[in-house]
Amino acid sequence: MAGELGHFSLILALIFALIGATVPHIGAARGDARLMALGDRSVFAQFLMAISAFSALTYAFITSDFSVVNVATNSHTLKPMLYKVSGVWGNHEGSLLFWVLILTLFGALVSWRGQKLPLQFRSRVLAVQSLLVVGFLMFILFTSNPFLRLDPAPLEGNGLNPLLQDPGLAFHPPMLYLGYVGLSIAFSFAVAALLEGEVTPLWARWVRPWALLAWVFLTGGIALGSWWAYYELGWGGWWFWDPVENASFMPWLAAAALLHSAIVVEKRDALKSWTILLAIVAFSLSLLGTFLVRSGVVNSVHAFATDPARGIFILAFLGIVVGGSMALYAWRAPKMAPSGLFGVVSRESALVVNNIFLSTFAAVVLVGTLYPLFVEAFGAGQITVGPPFFEYAAAVLMSPLIVALGVGPLLAWKRGKVSRAFQIVVPALVVALVAGTVLVWRTSGGYVMTAIGFGLAIWLLASVFLEIASRIKLWQAPGKAWARFAKITRAQWGMSLAHAGLGVILLGVTISEAFTTEDLRVMAPGDTATVAGYDFTFEGVAPVAGPNFTAVRGFFTVRGGGETLTTLTPEDRVYTNPVMNTTEAGIYPLIAGDLYAVIGEAAGAGRWSVRLYFKPMISALWLGALMMMIGGILSLSDRRLRIGLPTGKKKVQAITRGAA
Amino acid sequence: MAGLKTRKKQRLLVVSLAVASLMGATLLILLALGGDSLSLFLQPSDVKAKQVAAGQHFRLGGLVETGSFARAEDGLTYHFSVTDCAATLSVEFKGLLPDLFREGQGVVTEGALNTDGVFIASTVLAKHDENYVPPGTMPKSADQCVHPDAQAAADAAYSGR
Repeated sequence: MAGELGHFSLILALIFALIGATVPHIGAARGDARLMALGDRSVFAQFLMAISAFSALTYAFITSDFSVVNVATNSHTLKPMLYKVSGVWGNHEGSLLFWVLILTLFGALVSWRGQKLPLQFRSRVLAVQSLLVVGFLMFILFTSNPFLRLDPAPLEGNGLNPLLQDPGLAFHPPMLYLGYVGLSIAFSFAVAALLEGEVTPLWARWVRPWALLAWVFLTGGIALGSWWAYYELGWGGWWFWDPVENASFMPWLAAAALLHSAIVVEKRDALKSWTILLAIVAFSLSLLGTFLVRSGVVNSVHAFATDPARGIFILAFLGIVVGGSMALYAWRAPKMAPSGLFGVVSRESALVVNNIFLSTFAAVVLVGTLYPLFVEAFGAGQITVGPPFFEYAAAVLMSPLIVALGVGPLLAWKRGKVSRAFQIVVPALVVALVAGTVLVWRTSGGYVMTAIGFGLAIWLLASVFLEIASRIKLWQAPGKAWARFAKITRAQWGMSLAHAGLGVILLGVTISEAFTTEDLRVMAPGDTATVAGYDFTFEGVAPVAGPNFTAVRGFFTVRGGGETLTTLTPEDRVYTNPVMNTTEAGIYPLIAGDLYAVIGEAAGAGRWSVRLYFKPMISALWLGALMMMIGGILSLSDRRLRIGLPTGKKKVQAITRGAA
Repeated sequence: MAGLKTRKKQRLLVVSLAVASLMGATLLILLALGGDSLSLFLQPSDVKAKQVAAGQHFRLGGLVETGSFARAEDGLTYHFSVTDCAATLSVEFKGLLPDLFREGQGVVTEGALNTDGVFIASTVLAKHDENYVPPGTMPKSADQCVHPDAQAAADAAYSGR
């Protein structure tokens, strides 16, 4: 019953979305306020129907209703409740339903919070958003219906892939989806602005929080995914430059560029056309990511279940969205009012530099990800583009970005002075150079890239500190520094924290990549192995039973500096439904780095093959990502963003002027 | 007039920066084409047909042949054969095998041939998939495949399409 209710809700949602995608445009063209207002009602109706459908599927999962194909293939009665619920979005059909739920939720939020937006503009935005909902609902109903029935119903389900039965991964997909879909709002605003023919600072004020929100969620989703890979896959790595990973990284880069360029539109009324383009590109990359993940056109280690029919549908949808919006852009963008001016040395220029490097990096990742597709299409065989390519690109493109990042926030809007900014950051430069040199000296050379990375990280962290110090005049007037310190706005804290987060991540990447110690060996109980000065003593193994798995748990007592630090308990699990092995790494984070142990298999005579690591400063990766997220949230919560929306009639007229 | 000039100047600056950045990126890609970044994805019969030279880095995909798996005395080195049913290649790997590694299952390994024609793998990739069948590791022509395990796996892989 719930299944049919869900299916019916989806069909109703499609009808509401079709109305919402067309009627408001007619209203806007005719100046009919009643037709335009229909957009608001439509998005609320879509949202209610999406909630209804999603609840129906969740209910089917919770009650283990195996007459629904989707539940039968992805769930099991013995699965813990958390994974019954996360199983809803842990599969293709359910994840798309989740996508639609978020899409309609954000549409409804824009309608609810956007009552101060001019009606005509809002109706255009909601209509574009509804069109996206139409596309995804058609995709679900025609190729991936989660409510299909199975007759006769099996007594037991297949269970969820044990690798996915993990708290880290339960929340990884929804975070990413919130990010992808958050960019859809930026896209809808961009297309609406093109239709209306004007971009105002008010527009940027609306787009920036959404880009920021999307970026925060993407950051969280990517960080959770890499954390999961780090402790669950047991190969000690955290990022592989796999197509599916790149699919989430490209929108992240584009969102990062967008939230910076939107600042320029908001504050200086410049870079308007570029920001529109970026908003379109960012969402297109999200769609492209979905296409790559769901169609299986690229050979990925993730290799989700794939289906050519679905791939073709997404490709067609991608073609319509990207082609349509780009054509609209080519047609309307040149007619928009020219942007404001700024000097070569200015905050705007610094943000342009940020945008150029971020988008070039996104473009290079795109080329690297799609290159195997082109090669295969031209019959030159199957190839893969490996991590060295992307790592090289990251080093070459991110180094100048980080150099500029240290100075950018110190430049004034419109016309800044290099000399003034330089005066402030000289100490950072000195510290960074010293740090890089010391690293080379301490490790007897040979680590040029590591030294550069380390120096850049120190440079960034030091210049963030100096920027705050100069803002509160710590050196010139220390007496009043505290009063100034308390006055720093949340937006400014957000910026500093996010930039520092990047520095912390860079530090973690550089140090952990260069100085990880690894030991692969066979150990018998009582054996001790020394890794990076820590003594790992293998105490033996014991069998363990979980709710839906049995495991072999190894025990390693780790001693360092004369005292016992911890006992690591890596596991080799065998899940029962479906039968599958997974590895649980034993990890203990110290301030200096992570102790990491993985247990392999029995090697005869009581011996086990094991892999032991010491990974210095690897926690900095996730700490840095957390700092970025908190920075984004702080910036979002800034008072000016919440209540600063202009309400006066004058400004409302200003935004509608172009359309009249 | 002056405004126009500055505007042009500004546009010129932005465009030249963008062009320089893109050119740098292109250069990067060209450099990468000659390097180690690009590795071919081959199945055993491709390796035979192309007579891949020893030492050339590539990815090898296929099925782990049933009965071919053996562990060396040291407990860490493994020998197995990867097959696409038309041809078979011996693989040597030292390390911990991924969870999904199983005889008769698809596998992707990365490495190079040694002078004896044995593929020395530096990494063995586990593929995970909602339906537990790794696509892309299946032999290209499932019809000519007579390997019983491979056939069963191929049936499972293709039945969903």
